[in-house]
Amino acid sequence: MEVDDTDGGETSLRSKITSPGESLTSSQAFMRGHGTYVEDDEVIASVAGTVERVNKLITVRPLQTRYNPEVGDLVVGRITEVAARRWKVDANSRQDAVLMLSSVNLPGGVQRRKLESDELQMRTFFEEGDLLVAEVQAFFADGAMSLHTRSLKYGKLRNGQLVTVPPILILRLKSHFYSLPCGVDLILGLNGYIWVSKHVKDNEQEGEEGFDAEAVYSNQNDEIDDATRAAVARVSNVIRVLAAHFVPLNDTVLVEAYEWVVEQEYTVKDLLLREDVADALVSAVATARPDL
Amino acid sequence: MGSRVEILNDGGYRSDGRRQFELRDIAIDLSRHGQADGSAMYTQGLTEVLVTVFGPREAKLRSQTIHNRANINVEVNIAAFSTGERRKRSRGDKRILELGAAIKSTFEPVIQTHLYPRSQIDIFVQVLQQDGGLLSAAINATTLALITAGIPLFDYVCAVSSGVHSTHAMLDLTTLEENDVPHLTVAVMPRTGKITLVTLETRLHSDRFEEVFRIACEAGKVLHEEMRNAIKARTSALARAMGEGHPAGAPSNREGDEDFEMGDD
Repeated sequence: MEVDDTDGGETSLRSKITSPGESLTSSQAFMRGHGTYVEDDEVIASVAGTVERVNKLITVRPLQTRYNPEVGDLVVGRITEVAARRWKVDANSRQDAVLMLSSVNLPGGVQRRKLESDELQMRTFFEEGDLLVAEVQAFFADGAMSLHTRSLKYGKLRNGQLVTVPPILILRLKSHFYSLPCGVDLILGLNGYIWVSKHVKDNEQEGEEGFDAEAVYSNQNDEIDDATRAAVARVSNVIRVLAAHFVPLNDTVLVEAYEWVVEQEYTVKDLLLREDVADALVSAVATARPDL
Repeated sequence: MGSRVEILNDGGYRSDGRRQFELRDIAIDLSRHGQADGSAMYTQGLTEVLVTVFGPREAKLRSQTIHNRANINVEVNIAAFSTGERRKRSRGDKRILELGAAIKSTFEPVIQTHLYPRSQIDIFVQVLQQDGGLLSAAINATTLALITAGIPLFDYVCAVSSGVHSTHAMLDLTTLEENDVPHLTVAVMPRTGKITLVTLETRLHSDRFEEVFRIACEAGKVLHEEMRNAIKARTSALARAMGEGHPAGAPSNREGDEDFEMGDD
């Protein structure tokens, strides 16, 4: 396969599928990007996926892979380890992410120095198994990412359930926090972890004096009524079905899908148990899908 | 040859009706498997292997991390019902450890481990049925599973077993033939023709080695074509599902149920 330099074949290139060991072009004229390597003056693909070109840079994007973090990304993760002055967080990446004690909001004021007493009671903030939403702050030399939760939007997750999807299905959007009309809050982590939870009113979330440590680091779920539980389960199942069919996700797709399911009066479990329902759902949302 | 079965009869056919250089039917299923990052079900004749790949991810044990590249961990499990004679093998069985070590050393030069320092790539090989060519089937399945997991490789690795009956070389042996004739397994990287694995557990006359080896390398290139078609079909089905309104290829994507025949020179 040759990449033609002269024609403006941007679109034709996009859809080109390649696989490891296939020669893409000469390395004299092009630069190698991710998913490629150079041998004998040739750029060769190292993963199976779509070939993309930006000016002289050739990259191959694999369709199924682990999350590749970038600074500023919003991720959902799970604490795997409490270490000295830091937590280790599983964020579906190639290594566990690191959340430093100095990059979380400490109780008693948003901005203050961390004390020795904070180090001793780290487990009162986050424990092994806790879920949290955070932002990628920086990278270490070995490529591991450092997270921070220094915003009122970030922190521990409660009142909902986690759904995992392939990370490529989550597109970078203006906001990754959504409130669906059905009384469900949604956090679309760019690492493919999605948090579906009961809606929390804005003023409750913010708190009046800015920051309420008790509420932010609480392990106790709020009271959730049956209708909300059903809505959370329905949204989760819609996400699972769409992810199984490799449909890119955003809020419009999910709202459309949710409304379709309610309209057709399918039960929550029909989505997962009946393949005909799943297929019908996927074709129903085809119109609302985002352009890639 | 004190065998009751004729390995190669006068008409040039083998015990299962194949020609000398004929491979068995191949079926490849690349659908997602639970929480795995990549998986492949590979069937060659009656040999059936399922490989799941996890990672690159944080190593479970700190002692297993390597500071400048990823660690590859291979675990093999052979189902008790996979052979004619029901037999339970424990995880510590030397035979199984050897199989795992062979797969690991085959893939170490092929996976671009330097891109993932301090990570671990877990490869779980589950043997469901065996009828000869176990190592080659496991290697082919591992290649496919690694590619579906999006792990960068220098090239495919295509393995095939070959043997020699008196003066006739044969490809892709069954258990019956493996018991009777000297045989070797060759894993080849088709683009460059480099070899990542050759194993020979029986005695083979040195005059015969070259021919058997060469024919196995050629067969590897034929397998490569088939594996590549399966990967491309899967990748374009996913790309299409993402780009358009079509539902993605249904959960099972069985590809390449075809016979191959290599010309008998």
